[in-house]
Amino acid sequence: MSAPALIRGFEVVIGLETHAQLSTRSKIFSGASTQFGAAPNTQACAVDLALPGTLPVLNRGAVERAIRFGLAVQAKVAPLSIFARKNYFYPDLPKGYQISQYEIPVVQGGHVDIRVGEQNKRIHLTRAHLEEDAGKSLHEDYAGCTGIDLNRAGTPLLEIVTEPDMRSSAEAVEYAKALHTLVVWLGVCDGNMQEGSFRCDANVSVRRPGAELGTRREVKNLNSFRFLQQAIDFEVQWQIDRIEDGLPIEQATVLFDPDTGETRAMRSKEDAHDYRYFPDPDLPPLVIAPEWVEQVRRDMPELPAAMAQRFQAADGLAAADAVLMTQSLAFARYYEALRDACGSAKLAANWLMGEVSKRLNAQAADIADMPLPVQTLAALIRRIVDGTVSNNGARQVFDALWAAAGGDVDALIEARGLRQMSDAGALEAIVDAVIAANAKSVEEYRAGKDKAFNALVGQVMKASKGKANPAQANELLKRKLG
Amino acid sequence: MSSALHDMGVARLGRALAAGEVSSLELTQHLLTRVAAFEHLGAFLARDTELSLAQAREADACRARGQAQSLTGVPIAHKDIFVTRGLASTAGSKMLAGYASPFDATVVARLSAAGMVTLGKLNCDEFAMGSANENSAFGPAKNPWDLQRVPGGSSGGSAAAVAARLVPAATGTDTGGSIRQPASFSGVTGIKPTYGVCSRYGMIAFASSLDQAGPLARSAEDCALLLSAMSGFDERDATSAERAPQDFHAQMLTPREGATAARPLQGLRIGLPSEFFPAALAADVNGAVRAALAEFEKLGATLVGVSLPRTELSIPVYYIIAPAEASSNLSRFDGVKFGHRAKDYSDLRSMYERTRAEGFGPEVKRRIMIGTYVLSHGYYDAYYLQAQKLRRMIADDFQACFKDCDLIAGPVAPTVAWKIGEQHDDPVKAYLADIFTLPGSLAGLPGMSVPAGFGEGGMPVGLQLIGNYFDEGRLLHAAHAFQQATDFHSRAPAGASAA
Repeated sequence: MSAPALIRGFEVVIGLETHAQLSTRSKIFSGASTQFGAAPNTQACAVDLALPGTLPVLNRGAVERAIRFGLAVQAKVAPLSIFARKNYFYPDLPKGYQISQYEIPVVQGGHVDIRVGEQNKRIHLTRAHLEEDAGKSLHEDYAGCTGIDLNRAGTPLLEIVTEPDMRSSAEAVEYAKALHTLVVWLGVCDGNMQEGSFRCDANVSVRRPGAELGTRREVKNLNSFRFLQQAIDFEVQWQIDRIEDGLPIEQATVLFDPDTGETRAMRSKEDAHDYRYFPDPDLPPLVIAPEWVEQVRRDMPELPAAMAQRFQAADGLAAADAVLMTQSLAFARYYEALRDACGSAKLAANWLMGEVSKRLNAQAADIADMPLPVQTLAALIRRIVDGTVSNNGARQVFDALWAAAGGDVDALIEARGLRQMSDAGALEAIVDAVIAANAKSVEEYRAGKDKAFNALVGQVMKASKGKANPAQANELLKRKLG
Repeated sequence: MSSALHDMGVARLGRALAAGEVSSLELTQHLLTRVAAFEHLGAFLARDTELSLAQAREADACRARGQAQSLTGVPIAHKDIFVTRGLASTAGSKMLAGYASPFDATVVARLSAAGMVTLGKLNCDEFAMGSANENSAFGPAKNPWDLQRVPGGSSGGSAAAVAARLVPAATGTDTGGSIRQPASFSGVTGIKPTYGVCSRYGMIAFASSLDQAGPLARSAEDCALLLSAMSGFDERDATSAERAPQDFHAQMLTPREGATAARPLQGLRIGLPSEFFPAALAADVNGAVRAALAEFEKLGATLVGVSLPRTELSIPVYYIIAPAEASSNLSRFDGVKFGHRAKDYSDLRSMYERTRAEGFGPEVKRRIMIGTYVLSHGYYDAYYLQAQKLRRMIADDFQACFKDCDLIAGPVAPTVAWKIGEQHDDPVKAYLADIFTLPGSLAGLPGMSVPAGFGEGGMPVGLQLIGNYFDEGRLLHAAHAFQQATDFHSRAPAGASAA
């Protein structure tokens, strides 16, 4: 592994805390719905409002998802973990405390492997713990007051904390992307970053190589990979500026402003809360029996890394292509279905990486929005394999299929006159005619000029109006001239 | 007939209703009239005559349909720590004055489902913090045996109402003795079951790891009937015990092996912790308790000496853990969503500060401050963690005792009920008076107060019985046997019977 790149002579040290909203239908400690976008306070029940006398009851679905995540990152799933209360006053925190896990989290250790450029890197996880989200304060003028929406209060979160293992914003972004892929792959989180289902806090510090860790500042609530990158990059330059000016870095919580691209301090260490954590007496310790872990393990989907390995070994894909095929579970499933239906792993991967991804990316869509059924694309690829249509012809058919969100491949080939010449006699006649009419090129070829051969192929294609199979034309020409 | 109605307990009323001697409507009207006549006791905080009468009519209709259960039509009132639909739920605090809960506490819902008629909500110390009912924001409740004295607390309104024959039974809650001590001070029978037997859903939380609901009534038999109806697993309380419904009345009636009519407690070993009989124990209390224990011996029980060496430590342990939990539980009372909000404030912080300064009384503030302190960074290990360790040791001490005995007995409180205002200036002195009830609370064990005699000023003295986990049946059986042989539990204060 090469030494990390320095920025203005400083090494950057980053740890991420990611809040992944778990994909349960109801909240972590109540039966209210977690559906996003409802009218304010219509999805907050008595428990979420912290009405006197209410008590939390743990949603086993949230625990099951935490176990699934723990297994996927090869962490220890704690047989016993503790819910604690984090006490502070805020209007959108109805109980005056957040139920979280503090001393003993449900997931301990583990790692996520990333690839940055040509480098593989392992990012170690410290822990992942279950907690509830707070509500939302609506500060825009709300009848002259701040409005409180408690729909989000009690939404289950898995907070995933890394070791300070990352050394650049690029690594941080790769880790965040890999983690995002993983939690969506596992079905534990919908990954919707606009709705806040996946958001990162970045702990950033800088130091001279070999020095002790510098003082970190925590950038809160980054809900896009771009913001994550921008926030870290800004923060690094800001911290180096301070140090070079001889000023100290103070531990602080900062916010990133996407409009200015800058970070600004929200609170410093001095006004940090004393959260008075203590075990929540309303919730018994969370006991996870080995049988439960085993059951979750049995139901685990094949993980992206293992699947990519399999695509390399069994399908003969290149490493980079195999990784692309596993960019999401839906993508991998589409690839496998296409491969099986068309019979060519290589062509299936090429088409998905090429034409399909090009169009999806242009529309900022993902494979779930793919308009073409597997069978349609497979039919087209089969026509390439059996020589009915050239690659070029196939692209034209694909354009038509995409535009119409489907269609009959063979009918399109015929309608557009893209069928390649399959009649060996007809092709032979054209080849003979081309040889007869281009004596000069034939001479040059025989004298060793390869260029002349390509000219002859071009003539055959031209004479066939593009319908000749180039490979067949090649072969036939060679044989006749041989 | 009607003059004696209010002297009847739950079991007796159940039989009278079943026999058609009286209707629930007549009974309810009679008791509501008494409640109104005893306004000066300060036992009730909320009533709704129409609501009660409607429930009574429904109970009578239910009986007419042949669907009556054993408690159908029997009136009860609830400590105002339980939230109720239709009646304000205040926890004895200005913070929740007029608070309307959209749901009933599980305990209340279960007693209603059993057909009981709610007569109203009963006074208590603010958020159940206190042992004299003097910390209620709505004024003290008074002891029917002597109106100059406290009824005990925090379930003071419950004990006073049952003692004064305003209701045959009441619900209470016990965190460090809040059922047993007022039962003792007011001469009624009360049981705090094992932690987890009754759902805490809908009980306004004081100290979550200690709070337990239980009944206060005229006899062990009545308590057994009530506890059967109010207890049981509740999926809305993660700390409630997952087990089958219990028939405590049947357990109470099941004879011991080797028992005879004269010696129903033959073979029962009752442990007497030496620490429960210190030199400082008031002579009248000591005398009544010893006499009651002699009666138990006559009934066949044997008395064995045991030790609970950390009894004194239970006071600091309790007064760390309970305020710590309370300081957090009471954070939700911030003026944002419900309850009191200060009228004048300049910003969020001043809204919080003024709301809580105005809404909470001095004892609640004291405990919030203690609790906040012991959980603070740098103090947590020294106080809270240390207290938790000792709590486990106290529980272990009980298990050591239960190797040598089946039940543990002693006084409920070191003295009889004191005069109102007597302990106002010395909260620590009041804390010390909880010494005999705190160990069982910290261990989560079931405990009872059984009327055992009378002391100074003719004030009642309670005998405390403590059982092992989920041994309520044995506790009730022993108490019932004692009450079959004595009449302390059925005596009424002078003013009560006459009215």
